[in-house]
Amino acid sequence: MDVAPKLLDMVWAILIFGAVIAVILGLAALYEKRGGRRAGWWFVGPSLVLLAIGLVYPALKTLWNSFRDAAGGSFVGIDNYTSIFTNSDELVVLRNTVLWTLVTPFVATAIGLLYAILVDRAKGEAVAKAVIFLPMAISLVGASIIWKFMYDFRDPAGGTTKHPIQQIGLINQVIVWLGGKPYNFLLNSPWNTFFLIVVMIWIQAGFAMTILSASIKAIPADIVEAARLDGVGGFQMFRFVTFPSIRPAVVVVLTTIAIACLKVFDIVRTMTGGNFDTNVIANEFYSQTFSAANQGLGAALAVVLFVLVIPIIVYNVRQLRASEGR
Amino acid sequence: MMAELTTPDVAIDGATVSEKPPVRTRGEIAKRGLSSPWASLVAVILAVVWTIPTAGLLVTSFRPSLDINKTGWWTVFTNPDFTLDNYKQVLDTSQTSSLTPYLINSIVITIPAVLLPILLACLAAYAFAWTKFKGKNVLFVAVFALQVVPIQVTLLPLLTLYVKLHLNGTFWAIWLSHTMFGLPLAIFLLHNFMREIPGELIEAARVDGAGHVTIFFRMMLPMLKPALAAFGIYQFLWVWNDLLVALTFAGPGTATAPMTKFLFDLTGSRGNAWYLLSAGAFVSMIIPVIVFLSLQRYFVRGLLAGSVKG
Repeated sequence: MDVAPKLLDMVWAILIFGAVIAVILGLAALYEKRGGRRAGWWFVGPSLVLLAIGLVYPALKTLWNSFRDAAGGSFVGIDNYTSIFTNSDELVVLRNTVLWTLVTPFVATAIGLLYAILVDRAKGEAVAKAVIFLPMAISLVGASIIWKFMYDFRDPAGGTTKHPIQQIGLINQVIVWLGGKPYNFLLNSPWNTFFLIVVMIWIQAGFAMTILSASIKAIPADIVEAARLDGVGGFQMFRFVTFPSIRPAVVVVLTTIAIACLKVFDIVRTMTGGNFDTNVIANEFYSQTFSAANQGLGAALAVVLFVLVIPIIVYNVRQLRASEGR
Repeated sequence: MMAELTTPDVAIDGATVSEKPPVRTRGEIAKRGLSSPWASLVAVILAVVWTIPTAGLLVTSFRPSLDINKTGWWTVFTNPDFTLDNYKQVLDTSQTSSLTPYLINSIVITIPAVLLPILLACLAAYAFAWTKFKGKNVLFVAVFALQVVPIQVTLLPLLTLYVKLHLNGTFWAIWLSHTMFGLPLAIFLLHNFMREIPGELIEAARVDGAGHVTIFFRMMLPMLKPALAAFGIYQFLWVWNDLLVALTFAGPGTATAPMTKFLFDLTGSRGNAWYLLSAGAFVSMIIPVIVFLSLQRYFVRGLLAGSVKG
């Protein structure tokens, strides 16, 4: 195995890169010594060049390609966009993306908020939080493998009375224990999309919990104490004191999860490959661009993804501004 | 809170309905949310439900491969039978299903893909925060706005560009991609940290004749440690766990592909080889989990700041 050359490549890359930066800074220092007043350009220069090559140019190119045919040749107007919004397969893709984006944020945030409140100042809070948050640290591919195993389905028809088929997926085993029939979770539309969404909820609830917990702890103690002295307790405390105080954080969490869901790719690609009507925009983009060799449609899907993200972010920024009183 | 919800007579009227027995003091009612056994029970149930999926696969990774496909992992509690064979197999470099080359690739990809954007972004953030040049504000808003560009929009044109430059299939394609995608967030995050440093300090140094290069290295870098850690961990987890960039730019076979791509391919080609999938998944998870647990504090900060990236 060629471990050594790879590691050497890595060290070289870091050294070359460091040297380039050192030369640029050296030139900047020289420029300053000679009385140059705009040293800032030397500092931002390398980043701006990379951003122009890596983000701005490709984004414009993709926008351009979205009005061209499958091979990126002749101009086809808005045909690619028309097919996204009329083709029955593409409509399923849009439907699923909408489901992901609407269902996941609210469920994950609700669970995260509930848990944050339940464990707030409880014994072993740190451990309790780590348990929920840990899924954030692992890859979506790893999470998909974990859940594919949970959903594993063995057809009971393949067994005999002497050697019945044993379920190895926990969820189907629980169904069997309760007297039900094993169910193939990833096969039947539209429910299979919800079972994929469960994986995202499992991951994002920890994110919601962490952010909301931090913001609950930041509520000034005197507000809570004053409400308490007025006899406010339990659910009223949540409704009139806690929730209004953490509202900006809730908005950030909801929008962040919504954006992650709009772009969801790894879970769908790993668990179903987008088959059985579980396809979503990001996966359809990948399939069209790199498997089906339909550049035009792929580009249009990427642009649609981009356009869908914008209003969520604008809303997010506006809410932040409003809460900062600017 | 849950406890309050399950007893609506108290929840709706709160403390104002004092005729409801048992009569409690206000302080006791306020405290109840937590100390109630119902609240604890709900929290414990949630924690168990959240842990079981991972625990199930972890137990599976230590079971003999024949058992895994015959009986459920929960049967180990009555029939314990454990082995390290699955891990030996995924780490054995003589096997074609070996994970080890991909593990090396993951490391080789991640270190520069974290260092490069940090270094570049430090410089850019400094310029945006503390130097003057024409068009600075417009450029900064533009960089901020670039955070929202989904990377899907960039993939095909970038791939074409890499092919032209003969970078395709090399580590450079992956390093550069992660660097470029990480820059807007890194610049924005580091800029915000740098603005918090008092301007008088910079001014005083300028008056003493220090150039920007000196100020950057002598004053800024040492003060930036928490910010660097926050972004570093965020970018580390992002790169280590990435699948999309790897699928698009990694070369064939073991050349440059990271572990996520290997596991993804394995799920597609040998979806029932749970003895490989389970052990492989845990090998890929162990490093991010350690990093996450030891640097949790910084990670949360990075997460909050980086919420729109991707």
